[in-house]
Amino acid sequence: MESKVFNIKMIPWIIVKYLSLVFFSFVAVLPVVSCVITAFKTEEEYQTTNVMTLPQNWLNFDNFIQAFTKAGMGRAFVNSLIILACVLFFSTMIGTQLAYVLDRFQFPGNTIIRNLFLFASLLPGVAMQIAVYEIMYKLHFINSLAGYITVMCGTDVISIYIYIQFFENISKSLDESAIVDGASYFTIFYRILFPLLKPAIVTSCILKGVGTFNEYYMANLYLQDKKKYATVATSLYTFVGPLGSKYNLICAGVIIALLPALFVFIIFQKQIYSGLTAGAVKG
Amino acid sequence: MKRKRTLGEWARSRDGQRLFVMLAFMIIPLVLLFVFTYLPFGEMFGYSFYNMKYTGARKFVGWKNYIKVFERDDCFKALRLSLYYMVGSVVQLALALYLATVLSFKVKGGSLFKGMMFFPFLINGIAVGFIFKFFYTRGFVFDTVLQWCGFQLDNLPYWLRDQRINNWSLVGTSVWRYFGQNMVLFIGAIMSVDNELYEAAKLDGANNRQLLRYIILPSIKTIITLNVILSITGSLSAFEPPYVITDGANGTGTYFVIMHEIAHTQQKVGLASAMAIVLLIIILLATLLQKLFFKYVFRSAEDEDPNATARRDRRLARLSARQTVKAAVSGPEV
Repeated sequence: MESKVFNIKMIPWIIVKYLSLVFFSFVAVLPVVSCVITAFKTEEEYQTTNVMTLPQNWLNFDNFIQAFTKAGMGRAFVNSLIILACVLFFSTMIGTQLAYVLDRFQFPGNTIIRNLFLFASLLPGVAMQIAVYEIMYKLHFINSLAGYITVMCGTDVISIYIYIQFFENISKSLDESAIVDGASYFTIFYRILFPLLKPAIVTSCILKGVGTFNEYYMANLYLQDKKKYATVATSLYTFVGPLGSKYNLICAGVIIALLPALFVFIIFQKQIYSGLTAGAVKG
Repeated sequence: MKRKRTLGEWARSRDGQRLFVMLAFMIIPLVLLFVFTYLPFGEMFGYSFYNMKYTGARKFVGWKNYIKVFERDDCFKALRLSLYYMVGSVVQLALALYLATVLSFKVKGGSLFKGMMFFPFLINGIAVGFIFKFFYTRGFVFDTVLQWCGFQLDNLPYWLRDQRINNWSLVGTSVWRYFGQNMVLFIGAIMSVDNELYEAAKLDGANNRQLLRYIILPSIKTIITLNVILSITGSLSAFEPPYVITDGANGTGTYFVIMHEIAHTQQKVGLASAMAIVLLIIILLATLLQKLFFKYVFRSAEDEDPNATARRDRRLARLSARQTVKAAVSGPEV
């Protein structure tokens, strides 16, 4: 009886709950959905119908093909993939190694190094680029994929924290017994600890990967030759200027650029959520 | 001869190996950290005393650049736009908290809702820029939806041009982009509350509202406060929405947008450096105040618990890590 009363009292709350969820989900997807709608419209439809009117033909991929070729997105995807692969490889190597030393070795300066990295994370990137630009210029890193990859690895602090946290949870007795068996530190790191880090590596690579794929500020600044060195994010700059009002093309370009993130999100949803939370709450 | 052998022996010994592995593993990250963070930081400080471009002659001008930062109409005064972003982040956090609470209980289609609200966080900045230029264009998406709700197009403002409203439009895009991410963080925090607490409370006959009031809120108080404070620093350095959507036109240029323009378009590197240094000092002061605030808050709350200090320190360390994660995922701008 009591539970029934309880349920009736809950009904308004349940309605409010679902209404608000539906409303905010609608708000979240509306801007993207409206782009999808427009991306499938022919030029004539785009000119004559309201933006929210559905396209007549959902299989009209003309805009996508045009956007892809006009913005040179083929090249951009190749560049982005090269950058992604290199940044992920190097920052994983650098990050895990540094975290290993900082967590496993006590030495004077350990805390200082940690704090140096921590302090670096407080400095806003946009402001720092004023001076980094000059350094990139002197190193001949402007218009160089290698240069961009280097600076992307150099400003990476995120993974180090995820790895240090992970190392803290791997028992030190593993190292110790390996040392007794006569293994070198390199063997310990590569043969024993590195494989154990796999979950942390997956998590931080997904986060870092999405971040790298979406990065545009430094890419725009340092990869100035937009034909040769465009990334997927900066290739969208093609649509600034004369094409600026052809939203059926622009929307198609935008959709192409966000598809990879969408796929990664659908596949790795759990890891992305837990990766984001890992740094903040657990324990 | 004997000396050399001892050196060789030492190199093969544990200590030698230890030093070697430390050097081998730390040299690259430390060099990168130096070259791309601390060296430019120092250089920028130097630039701020010069009248200079990236190339060509430079002239020492002393504190003049700093004086200009405070005198020019478009520099320091641009910080007042941060207030819009602060209000926006409060709205964003409240919304995220509400949705996180709702989604923490059993909800049909919960993960679908969660996914839809989180996805905007994963879209790259330029795409977001185009999406919202399109969204706010006269007679396009936003106007159409408002017309469905009964508004007349003639009564609606130009969302990105009208100076009375355009900053709010931009703040809206920022809320749109990050509320889902905040929500996921809060859900994580709520989930990490010990399940036994819920069980015990339910046994005592607590209803959902009481659970929320007495168990969930107190246990995620820390992360909420942290986020509120973090958003203040974030608002000071607001950059992305105006940069990608309006390019700072019509009175939407925040401090960093103007700094970017002065540095890379006008090439007044000295002045831009002074602007950067001024804001860095403000941000560092704010961060310091936050730390002191936290020391105070948690000392008074957990005085009797000997582990409290350690736990607080760990929490703060994690906060910093999270801040970095956020920054890294969303690119260099906040």
